[in-house]
Parts: sequence; C-alpha cells; structure tokens
Amino acid sequence: MTIKVQKKSHGFKNRLQKATGIQILLLTMALSGLIVISACMGYIHLSFIDVAKIIFAKIFGQTSLLEQMDEILPVVVIDVRLPRILTAAVVGGGLAVSGAVFQGILLNPLADPYTLGVSAGAAFGASLAFFFNIVLFDQIGLGACSVPVFAFIGAAGTLFFVIYLSSAGGGLSSNNLILSGIIVAAILSAGISFLKYVADEQVSIIIFWLMGSFASRTWADVFITSSFLCLGFLIIIFYARDLNLMSLGNRTASSLGVDTGKLTLILLVTASLITAICVSVSGIIGFVGLLVPHMVRFLTGPDNRKLIPVSMLAGAILLLCADTVTRAILPSEIPIGVLTALIGGPFFCYIFRKRQVAGTDS
Amino acid sequence: MTIEIKRLSFFHKERRVIDDLTIDIETGKFYGIIGPNGCGKTTLVDLITKHKKPVSGNITYKGKDLSLYSKKELSMEIALVPQNFYINFPFTVEEIVMMGRYPYIPRFSVPSPEDYRIVYDIMKKTGIYKFKDRFITELSSGERQRVVFARALAQDTPVLILDEATSNLDVNYSLNLLKIAAQRVSKEERTVIAVLQDINLAAIYCDYLLFIKQGSIVAHGNTDEILNRDTLQSVFDVDAKVYFEPYSDSMQVVFKK
Repeated sequence: MTIKVQKKSHGFKNRLQKATGIQILLLTMALSGLIVISACMGYIHLSFIDVAKIIFAKIFGQTSLLEQMDEILPVVVIDVRLPRILTAAVVGGGLAVSGAVFQGILLNPLADPYTLGVSAGAAFGASLAFFFNIVLFDQIGLGACSVPVFAFIGAAGTLFFVIYLSSAGGGLSSNNLILSGIIVAAILSAGISFLKYVADEQVSIIIFWLMGSFASRTWADVFITSSFLCLGFLIIIFYARDLNLMSLGNRTASSLGVDTGKLTLILLVTASLITAICVSVSGIIGFVGLLVPHMVRFLTGPDNRKLIPVSMLAGAILLLCADTVTRAILPSEIPIGVLTALIGGPFFCYIFRKRQVAGTDS
Repeated sequence: MTIEIKRLSFFHKERRVIDDLTIDIETGKFYGIIGPNGCGKTTLVDLITKHKKPVSGNITYKGKDLSLYSKKELSMEIALVPQNFYINFPFTVEEIVMMGRYPYIPRFSVPSPEDYRIVYDIMKKTGIYKFKDRFITELSSGERQRVVFARALAQDTPVLILDEATSNLDVNYSLNLLKIAAQRVSKEERTVIAVLQDINLAAIYCDYLLFIKQGSIVAHGNTDEILNRDTLQSVFDVDAKVYFEPYSDSMQVVFKK
C-alpha cells in the first residue's frame, strides 16, 4: 500500500517537474503583480489602478493619464518606491541564483553565498569603509558609492583568497573550498567585531548596514544590480547543463566532456560576483540563497536548467514580499536581514529535519 | 591499435605513481587491470580519460595524441564507470542515464527520439527500467552503481573503462554487468578496460590481463597464459593455486589459508 502511494507521488512529482515553462510564466506574472501591489502599499496608500497607470504612463510616455492625479503620487511611486522594490527583487533573484550555483558546484544542497565567505568579505569591506568614513569618491561626486565599492572589493578579494587557499593541492575540491571558506569567514568576522569595537560613532551605522536594508535605494542601484544579474544569469544558464554533470562527480563529468576545473572557476567567480554586488547594495541578507533553491528543487527537480531560472523568480518574489512586509505592514521598519533569518531559519530547521526523517525511512 | 601508451609517468606530490609505463591496447578486446591497492590503477584510468595530464611520456588514441582531442571529442570515444560515488541531488534514474547522451545533444536542445530509444533500451538491458522514475538519492549503493553503469553505456563509445565498477554489486549483478560489457566486446568490436579486484571474475571475462605494481606493469598477456602462480606471487605476494575450471570455462584461482 505504502509503495503504491509512493509511486503515485513520484508520478505527480515528475509531472510537476515537467511543467517548468508554465511555472516560469506563472512566477513572472506573480512577480509583476507583486511589484505593482507592493508599490501601492506604504505610508500613502494608492489604488492598484493608479499605480498601474503611473507605471504605464512612465514606460510609454503618456503623461495625459496622470492629469487628474495628485502630482506627488508619481514621484512617490517612481522615485521612492519602485527603486527599492526593484532592488529588493533583483537582489532576491541574485542571491537565489548564486545559492543554486554554489550548491551545484560544492555538491552540497546546504551551501550558500556564506559558505565561501563571500558575504563576510563584503561585510568586512563595507565595515572598513564606514570605519574610515571613506570619502574618496566625494571629489568626483560619487560619495554614496564608497560602501558598495568596498563591499564588492571585499567580496571579490575574499573569493580569490579562498580559491587560492583551496587550490594548493591542485584542483578545486568542494571540501577544500568549504573549509577554506569557513576559515576565512571566521577571520573576517573577528575583523568586523574588532572594527565595531574600536569604532565610536560609526558603530551603529556598521551594525545597521550588517543587518541589511533596502531603504533609500535609487535607480542607479537597480541598474547596477540588474545588469550584473542579467550578465551572470546568461553565463550560468549557458553552463547549467555542465553543472548537472558535476553532480556525477569530477571524474565522470570530465569523461562526459566537461573541463571541470575551468567550469568550477567560471561559475564560482560569476556566482560570487552576483553575491558581491547584491550584498554591496543591500547589506547582509541571509537564508535566501540557501532556502530558495532548496525549496525550488521540490518543484523543478535538481536539473539546473530549470532550477536556476525558477529559483531566480522565486527568490525575487520572496525578498520582495519580505521587504514589503518590513516597509509597509509592520508598524516600524525592522532590518530585512533580521526578518529573513527569523523566518527562514526556523523554516529551514523544519525542512532539514523532515528531510532527515524521510531519509531514514527509505 | 586503439590506445598506445608510451613511457608514461605521473607524479603525485613527490611520489611516482605511474613509472615509465608502456602498453598497447588493441581494439575489440576485454582488458583487465589487476594490482594491489594504491598501485596506480585509478591514476592510469585518469590519464587514459585525460582527467589528469601525464608528467612525461604520451598516450595516443587511434593514432592521434590524446592531448590533441578536445574533452568533447573524447567524450564520444571513451566512457568511464567510476568507483561508487554518492550523488547528492535527487535526479531521477532516467535523467542520470540520459546524461550519457549529453555529448551528442546540443547545449540548448532536448533529447531526440533516438536518444530516448537508446536510453530506454539500455535501462531494460541493465535491469533498471523498473525504477527509472525513482530518485538516485533513494537507491541502494548497488542499484546506484548499475545506474551509473547504464549511464556510461548510453554514452555509446568505442572504449568503455570500468574502474572497480563491480565493487558494490552482489555476484549476480557483477556477472550481469560484466556480461553486458563482454557482449559489447565480442559482438560490436568495442574495447573494454576494467580495473577489477576480483581475480576470478577477471579470469572469466577478460581476454587479456595487465598486472600493475608500484606504477608499472609487471606482467601482461592473454589471461590463460599470464594468470599463474608465479604472477600472483610476485604481484600480490600470496600463495595461490591456478587451474582451469571447465564449469566457468576459464582459469580460476584459489588461495592458501
């Protein structure tokens, strides 16, 4: 009897996994809908139709649509809410995609952008920028950029150091990568603690940034993050099938025509740069990169050609929802990194436990 | 000649793993590689599949140096069944076997009906068709190994390399798997190179045996001639009796207690 039930559920799962095209379509529609809905919400409440009108008018340049409206409303939607909403969506998508790639390369369904110390590197870079109150871009009028730039340098630097550490024995084994990542992340966290300890006035800024937030994002952030994400996504999708072969082990993947060393390096750098750019605009947001691919795998199966696009959309939706909750629903804004960890953490414990129980059954 | 190996050497750190090894592998034969643990068998396999690059010496495949083949070209020539390996992601059995067809399917295409025909045919032959929709993560290690074997058969290459591929299988499936490999040799003129631990299994199926010790070939020849008391004594340092067994129609080995 139980066997029959199991078979049925397998059949159902398989059918579910074949419907990737429909999933992508539905998720894209849901994401577009959510973007408009969340743009309605906030201190000033707007109707769905008004927001749709404003966005439509902006995209197609038909200002006649906005004539009867209060002229503050388009400003609120276009200049205040949309940049934040879109940045949240892009960062969510980016973290989920890079999480999926890290899991694929490290052959570990529990890996995420933190495993390799990339996030810690970004945090350390940003803390340094705050600590020294770095104004080196002020002269050229880009004062706001110093924190993202330092975060990015920190993340990229950490990644290359981790790769350097783990490649000593020739070849990048996933165990070496994870170990090196954990070691480097531990050193960097100590560094961040030290900076917090010696920083007098900046300590609150550092702490707040580390908790993650999308407050006061601009269109510049949207363009930078989305262009990096698009480029990275194209590279990753190109290699998605090779990433499937990696799960058969290095030797088998190699015998199936994959240059495993090159592939590991390309995907690692791409995914880390996506993470770096996301962290640099949003601060530390945990659990999206870990949780989203993990859940999406139930829907799409482990085939990266399906998993990666669906993860991107699901990640965007998830982080957009979370950001909207902190921005518009909760009485006072709490840092989004705290929110995702508070909800994601226990939820993850639940699926992890369930998975283990399921594992012992079979 | 399919594969010619000339004066091949390979170092791991300071240690010489493959030491000046020379051998010719002919088309249409079943080769067995036998040797004690850590003698360099797996390294030799990695060198033949171009997963590792030799420090000195060279390997030619069909008269052309191995380094001149692209990974993709080689993936249509040589398939590998590795030692047992845990697969961490819940691919279905059918998906795993289909991965053997990836070298033939363009990057952004779906498998053709011909690919499906080959995959289904091989799944039936290897006895895994009945669990084609199950997840690889849920299978026992023996079942998983058969799936990995089927995957390599689906690659449809002139050369098949088995690296201790039967180590997790019970005797029934070991025999079955080697029989399928042997049929590919006798009926389709393919070449099989099998690293085996079980000398008696090797004696049943292999036409030719290579005995490796400390990175070099210490004895090689047709199974009936080379498999004898002296060879086993020098390679494994054990006392054994080797005799012809009509029941298996091959040489067999028994060891002294």
